[in-house]
Amino acid sequence: MSAITKAAAPSRAARGARATEGSGASGGGVRPTRRAMVLTTGLLVVFLLYSLAPTWFLLVASTKNQTDLYSTFGLWFSSNHLADNIQGIWDYHDGVFLRWIWNSVLYSTVGAAGATLISLAAGYGLSKFEFRGRGAMFATVVGASLLPSTLLAFPLYLVFAEAGLTNTIWSVLIPYFINPFGVYLGKVYADSSVPTELMEAARLDGAGEVRIFFAVSLRLMRTGGITIFMLDFINIWNNFFLPLFMLNGERTFPVTLGLFSWVQQAQQSRDMNTLVLTGSLLSIVPLAVFMFALQRYWRSGILMGSLK
Amino acid sequence: MSTLTRPPQVATDSPGRRTSPRRTGRRGAYKGVLFTLPFLLGFLVTYVLPIAYAFGQSLREKKSSGIGFGPTKVVYTGFSNFASIMSDGAFWSSMLRTLLFGTVQIAVMLGISLLLALLLDGVAARAVRFFRAGLLIPYVVPGVVSTLMWLFLYSPTGSPILDLTDRAGWHVEFFGGLNTYLSLGNLLTWQGIGFNMILISASLQALPRELYEAARLDGAKEWRIAWSVKVPNITGILILTGMFSLIGRLQLFSEPLLLRNIAPESISSDFTPMMEIFDRAFKTGDYQYAAAESLVLAVVTGILAFVFYRVTNRKMS
Repeated sequence: MSAITKAAAPSRAARGARATEGSGASGGGVRPTRRAMVLTTGLLVVFLLYSLAPTWFLLVASTKNQTDLYSTFGLWFSSNHLADNIQGIWDYHDGVFLRWIWNSVLYSTVGAAGATLISLAAGYGLSKFEFRGRGAMFATVVGASLLPSTLLAFPLYLVFAEAGLTNTIWSVLIPYFINPFGVYLGKVYADSSVPTELMEAARLDGAGEVRIFFAVSLRLMRTGGITIFMLDFINIWNNFFLPLFMLNGERTFPVTLGLFSWVQQAQQSRDMNTLVLTGSLLSIVPLAVFMFALQRYWRSGILMGSLK
Repeated sequence: MSTLTRPPQVATDSPGRRTSPRRTGRRGAYKGVLFTLPFLLGFLVTYVLPIAYAFGQSLREKKSSGIGFGPTKVVYTGFSNFASIMSDGAFWSSMLRTLLFGTVQIAVMLGISLLLALLLDGVAARAVRFFRAGLLIPYVVPGVVSTLMWLFLYSPTGSPILDLTDRAGWHVEFFGGLNTYLSLGNLLTWQGIGFNMILISASLQALPRELYEAARLDGAKEWRIAWSVKVPNITGILILTGMFSLIGRLQLFSEPLLLRNIAPESISSDFTPMMEIFDRAFKTGDYQYAAAESLVLAVVTGILAFVFYRVTNRKMS
C-alpha cells in the first residue's frame, strides 16, 4: 500500500492540481518552434474531436424523430423533434422515467451521505483512538478497498434474497453505505486535519467524545467529507450492476437500469430508440449539474478516486 | 478477515496520557471502537456474511428427486462445483480472454493518455484548460450512457460512422473476429483516456523542475526531454495504474452486456467471467454454481492484486 499512498497522497495530489491550475505548461522558459506547436495543437484537436463526437451525436440524435434517425446524417440536425421525444418519455408508463431519475437522486444522495458519515466516523476512530485490533482493521479496510465491488454483487444478492430484501431500496442502499475506500480516505483526512490537542482541549472542557466528533472534528474534516460524498455520489449514480442484480420492479430502477431495460425492448420495437437516445441525454444532466456545483473539489477528488 | 470474527475488545493497557489519563485512556479506547462500529457491522453484513453464505451455497447442488420429474431440492455435494469449474473450459477462456484483451486495451489507453498529458505540458496555460475540459467530457458521461452512444454508433443502421465510410467506399464491420475486440476496446479507451490523462498530468506536475531544467539548458529538444526525462520518472505510476485498471477490467460486465444487444453472435453470453456468472444465476437459475464461480473469480482477483502489490512495492523501494 505504501506505494499507492505515496503515489497520490491527498496533499500532494491537491498540490499537483493547484500547480496545474497556476502554471499550466511547465515549459515556461523556452519557446517551442512553430512546427512543434502546430503538431502539438493538431494532435490535441484530433483527440478533442474524438472525445466530443459521440456526445455530439447523442445531442443531435435526441432532436430527431424515428424516420430522420435512420434517414439523415447522424452528426447534423434535421427538423427538431426534441419536444416530441421528451413528451414521448413523459408518456411512457405514466412518466416512469421521472421516477427513475428520482430513484437515482435518492440512491445517490442517501447512499453517499450515509457512506460519508459512516466512513468519516470509522476513519476518525482508526486515526484518533488506540484500541486492540486497530492495525488489523485498517489492513482489512485497505485490502477490501482493493477488491472491485462488482465481485460481491452476486453473493450480496444471495444474502439479500434470503432476507427477503431484494427489490427494496435497502438492497442497494445498505451495500452503498459500506465503502472501505471511504474509510481509508476518512482516516487520511482525520490524520491531517483534526489536531489531537484540540480534542484534548475539548475533553478538558467536559465535552463527551460523541459531541466532540459532531461539533468539532466533523467540521474540520468537511473538505474530506465533501470529497468522499462526491466520489460516492458519482459512483452510485453510474452504478448499474448492483441494481441489475437486486431490483426487478420497474418502479425501483435507477435511471441507468431503466435505460438498459429500454435498450432491450428496442430490440423488439424500433420506436424505443428515440426514447433511449433522448433519455440518455436527459440522464446526463443531473450528474453534470452536480459535478459543476462541486467543481472546486473535483480535481483532487478525481485523483483520490483514481486510487481505486 | 480473521480479525473481524474476534469481537473488538476494549484495550485495558492503553498508553496513559499525562494530561487526563482517565478520559483518554480506557474511555477513549472504548469510544474509538464505538466510532468504527457502524462500519464494522455493515462490513459484516455486506462483505463477510455474503462471502460466507456464497461459500456455503457453492458446496451444494440442485438435484431433482426421483427420475427427474419431481421437485428439485438443494443437497450438499462438497467441492464438486469447484471441481467442475476447474475443468470448465468456457469459464477459464472467458477469464483469459478478459485478461489478454484488458492488457492490450489498457496499454493503448495509458499510452494515449500519456501522449495527451505530455502534449498538454507543451501548450499555453489558457489552451490547457480548454483542452482538459473537453477531453474530460467522456468522464462526466455515465458508463451506461456512453456505452449506449457507442451502441448506436456501431449499429448496422443509422450509424454516422457507417454513413461516412460507405460514402468513401469502405465497408466497415464493427463485430466479428478481431473487430469485436477493437470496437469494445475503442469504447473503453474513449471512456478512460481523459481521466487517466489528468492522473498522469498530476504526476508530471509533481516532478521536480530541476530534473529537466538542466537538460533544457543543455539545449535538449522538448520531445527529447519528454521521452528521456519525464517518461522514465513516471513509469512507476503508469505501471501501478495499469495493474489496478487490469484488476477492474477482469470484472468487465456492463459494456459487453449492452453491446451484445446488437452483436449476439460476436459477444457470447459468457464473454467475460461476470457475464457468465450473471447468466448462470439469472438465466440458468443455477445459484450454487454461480456462487462457486463468484468465489473463484474473487480468489483470482485477490491473487492478481497480491502479486501486483508485491511487484510494485519492490519496484518502488
